[in-house]
Amino acid sequence: MFRVTRRYGFAASHRLHSSELSEDDNRRLYGKCNNPYGHGHNYVVDVSVRGPLDRATGRAVDIVVLDELVRREVVMPFDHRNLNQEVAAFASGAPVLVPTSENLGLEICRRLKRNWKQVFPGEWPKLEKIRIGETARNIFEVGADEID
Amino acid sequence: MVITRKVEFSASHVCRDPKLSDEENQRIYGMAANPHGHGHNYVVEVSLSGDPDPLTGMVLDLKELKAILKREIVEPYDHRFLNYEVPPFDREVPTTENIALDIWRRLEPRLNDGRHKLHAVRVYETPDLYVDYFGEPACSA
Repeated sequence: MFRVTRRYGFAASHRLHSSELSEDDNRRLYGKCNNPYGHGHNYVVDVSVRGPLDRATGRAVDIVVLDELVRREVVMPFDHRNLNQEVAAFASGAPVLVPTSENLGLEICRRLKRNWKQVFPGEWPKLEKIRIGETARNIFEVGADEID
Repeated sequence: MVITRKVEFSASHVCRDPKLSDEENQRIYGMAANPHGHGHNYVVEVSLSGDPDPLTGMVLDLKELKAILKREIVEPYDHRFLNYEVPPFDREVPTTENIALDIWRRLEPRLNDGRHKLHAVRVYETPDLYVDYFGEPACSA
């Protein structure tokens, strides 16, 4: 069994602010990340996919197909965007989801999972996990089986 | 306990199946199908699992592991055109998956002495693409 991991990236801005909390509590909880004008990161996303070797091609995952899926569902909608204003999951809803990297990781995993069968209709390969680096020091990992 | 040693080699390869048309190869392997070949600085991380020897405190002496990796991987692979110079890639497409599999096959018999065993082989083709292989049929993360 093989695990193929491919690294992608996007640059985006966000502000951590919960509509459920007071201004003071938000400032205390999120610190600098609560700056009202927002701030940005170069996010790094590692997508790990598991599968057996396809003897004919010598590969476990069609990277071209994976690249296309991640580009369409993650890179294009997130790159050079303001997550709070331009990504539906963080822009609307009650309460509005705070674009922490935990929630961003879950959203990325959800988007890939939702569209997986459309591009990989067979039993394999399967999405195993995604790992998101907000900076080189803050890393968040979400297993595909952690979400519906 | 898992211990890991890293080695590097630089090699060229081409990913194409001679039984397929140019168009098919291009569709499956993309730019890697260029018949003239291209190269990478491969990075290989070899992980062993086992318990430390009560006398030495080591799972395996890393000097010994280093020598094995040099002999079994770096010497045959480094500065070679894999398709022409490194069997089985005269008949198998040298994808990252197949390279990980071949490295596993080369190392596995050398790294099983009852105290430790080969746990995983990770091959980076570029910093943005790597493959982990855990052997067959038992697999674990």
